[in-house]
Amino acid sequence: MENIVNRNGITFHFIRTEKYKTNTIVFKMLAPLIREEATSRALLAYCLQSGTNTYPTTRELRSYLEQLYGATFNVNLQKKGENHILSFSLEVANEKFLFEKEPLLEKALHFLREILLNPKTNGEAFDEGIVQKEKRTLKQRIEAIYDDKIRYANMRLIEEMCKNEPYAINVYGVLEDVDRISPNELYEYYQKALSEDQLDLYIIGDFNEEEILEQCERFFSFSARTERKRMERKVKKEKNDPMIIERQDIQQGKLNIGYRTNISYGDYDYFALQVFNGLFGGFPHSKLFLNVREKASLAYYAVSRLESHKGLLMVMTGIEPKNYEQALSIIKEQMEAMKSGNFSEEELVQTKAVIKNQMLETLDTPQGTIEVLYHNVISKKNIDKEKWFEGIEKVTKEEVLDVAKKIQFDTIYFLTGMEE
Amino acid sequence: MKKIPFPQLNEQLYFEKLKNGLDVYILPKKGFHKTFATFTTKYGSIDDHFVPIGNQTEKIVPDGIAHFLEHKLFEKEDGDVFHTFSKQGASANAFTSFTRTAYLFSATSNVKENLRTLLDFVQEPYFTDQTVEKEKGIIGQEIQMYEDHPDWRLYFGTIENMYHHHPVKTNIAGTIESISHITKELLYECYHTFYHPSNMLLFIVGPVDPREILDFVQENQRKKSFSKDMEIQRIRKEEPDHVLKKNRFISMNVRIPKCMVGIKGNFIRQRGREMMKTELTVQLLLDMLFSKSSGQYEKLYNEGLIDDTFSADYTQEENFGFALVGGDTKDPDRLAEFIQKTFHFVKKGEILTEEQLNRVKKKKIGTFLRLLNSPEYIANQFTRYAFNGMNLFEAVPVLETITFEDLMNVSEQFIDENRMTSFQIVPK
Repeated sequence: MENIVNRNGITFHFIRTEKYKTNTIVFKMLAPLIREEATSRALLAYCLQSGTNTYPTTRELRSYLEQLYGATFNVNLQKKGENHILSFSLEVANEKFLFEKEPLLEKALHFLREILLNPKTNGEAFDEGIVQKEKRTLKQRIEAIYDDKIRYANMRLIEEMCKNEPYAINVYGVLEDVDRISPNELYEYYQKALSEDQLDLYIIGDFNEEEILEQCERFFSFSARTERKRMERKVKKEKNDPMIIERQDIQQGKLNIGYRTNISYGDYDYFALQVFNGLFGGFPHSKLFLNVREKASLAYYAVSRLESHKGLLMVMTGIEPKNYEQALSIIKEQMEAMKSGNFSEEELVQTKAVIKNQMLETLDTPQGTIEVLYHNVISKKNIDKEKWFEGIEKVTKEEVLDVAKKIQFDTIYFLTGMEE
Repeated sequence: MKKIPFPQLNEQLYFEKLKNGLDVYILPKKGFHKTFATFTTKYGSIDDHFVPIGNQTEKIVPDGIAHFLEHKLFEKEDGDVFHTFSKQGASANAFTSFTRTAYLFSATSNVKENLRTLLDFVQEPYFTDQTVEKEKGIIGQEIQMYEDHPDWRLYFGTIENMYHHHPVKTNIAGTIESISHITKELLYECYHTFYHPSNMLLFIVGPVDPREILDFVQENQRKKSFSKDMEIQRIRKEEPDHVLKKNRFISMNVRIPKCMVGIKGNFIRQRGREMMKTELTVQLLLDMLFSKSSGQYEKLYNEGLIDDTFSADYTQEENFGFALVGGDTKDPDRLAEFIQKTFHFVKKGEILTEEQLNRVKKKKIGTFLRLLNSPEYIANQFTRYAFNGMNLFEAVPVLETITFEDLMNVSEQFIDENRMTSFQIVPK
């Protein structure tokens, strides 16, 4: 499905399909996640989306996008394992559905070039006004995580669990670091990122590939680069505090538990890990949902999620603070049940079917398809759709049990109310 | 089976009204893996006062019962329906809004089996005292989760400011106190009143053969017997035009204050094309005033009064409607004042230009095309529109008819000091 073209400093990925009424473009920049750079990277992404020399203000830039039949444009920050990824996404109507025939995809690509390569600058510095505003917004964005208790609890679990590991760093960077970044330094960082980051451009939709490749080559040429050293996957050595309780003025307690899976994307037992998670807490038929919610009536949500590149499994649930002990013991029982193979062949088959369904659904959306394909870039693996489905299908109960043996408890984080 | 083509969009919609009154729509989508189906009743949190089917006297039911009923339909004598869907490789879900309760699944295989499960579980209620009691703990946690969520509180707080009596002001899930009064008898009463096929719509979108699917649905429905369909009598108190409270704030455990300005709509009892035109016109108005390409957004952003959580939205139903504008802000008082002033300027004939209207119209058309990539959007929005006598696929032609004069007329009628309110959440 994916046609990959390697060029100087950048890789183009073309996915042709007639499914959509739009064309989607995603540009990804990948670098190691490190404290010294994280805040600059986040700030850089938001400054780039705020103005170019041609469209110097957000207002002009957004007006232009409206002219392109309301092309959507946004930036997004992710961490996948210990990589910090900036994504610039554009989605434009496919001109074949419009009365006026305009080369919208070409214009969108050209716009992306503007954003990336012609930012609003003042000599060797980003525009001071933009930097100052974006610093303010970035700080607010970091502070606002506190307001959403589900997000906050997830973040805090990871901070505690991965203390002293790069993965603990937030994708938005560090609040105290924001003010220190000058427009000059940010520009320097921009140059560094453009010349060192791993760059990938995805286009998905119904387009003429030859024509678009020619445009891509014309618009996006970069210098060749050697890859930056990635972080080693470290198994942590220091023992942190396995049990953190934090109190705030809230009604519902958030109980989050972190485990290390010791397995990451592309490992031979990765598919078995997916199935493990499906049986344990990934779905409404999983052990956590059935036992914490349906049987004990303790929670509205009780789920587990994988971080595939870092090798983490995280349980999340929202409970009445007084039910902490009961909820914790039910969750532990479910993990024990998994480790002792307390699940049927039928449940295994059912879980695989649901996982495959979920993947097919993801592949029905342009953004979803790109995210799935990008896993291969991050992990340097080459798992295509067929391999993926075959991999899930082949998982046996024994393999799930082997995975269960590798999973280690790490940290409990409980955000609860003020009353003892 | 009626075939409704939309050549410009390259889509064909199929429709049939079954003998029992159920409306069935099928939209084939080539190239997609997923089939998505929604089975929706025109029954939501605002339907709290009505004459139960077979009764003579009206009744007020506990807040949150429509949502409670949605939860309870999933549980059957032999277990949870989620399980059945999972076995068939599908994922299922449901939601309750002000005006609708929707049950849905998505599947990439076993489409007919899953469709049968969907129809059967919704049409075969099973409530016991014990399962009803058990659900109170689960929904209690859902309510508390929302209680702690500032964005949700901001949204509902603003609506509460606007309405004196209208049940749109009550929380969709109710309160822990209100749901404690729910019994299995009450659930059956609501169920029989609102889940008659003639009050429901089935929408299927995906890589399906419409004839085959329709035959399957017909066969399934033929086997079931329903009472004769009767008009549902909903009772509504007269709602004053003006807002209940002009300003209000609450304090919560947050770091960034939040502010929302609301305008209570006065386009009541509109339906069909007229309603669609009004709704789209107000949405265009808000886009012109507050989208990222507007002078107002620029000014607010430059002054540090908003960030990217800022939004402006309008929604309209048969007997209520409101615009909501706001988000996170360092200075909620100034933001509220700025937004309200902006509306007053519009009323004086300032700010808006025809060129701007054309640009946001174009944007809206593109947005619509983008949303048509999403089976979820199509099924949910088609149903919402259909319950209000509108057709989703007419949105683009209707958009194209909106003139600057329409915009000015709607603004004139919509913007009114007495129907404006502001609500804030401030850190404790």
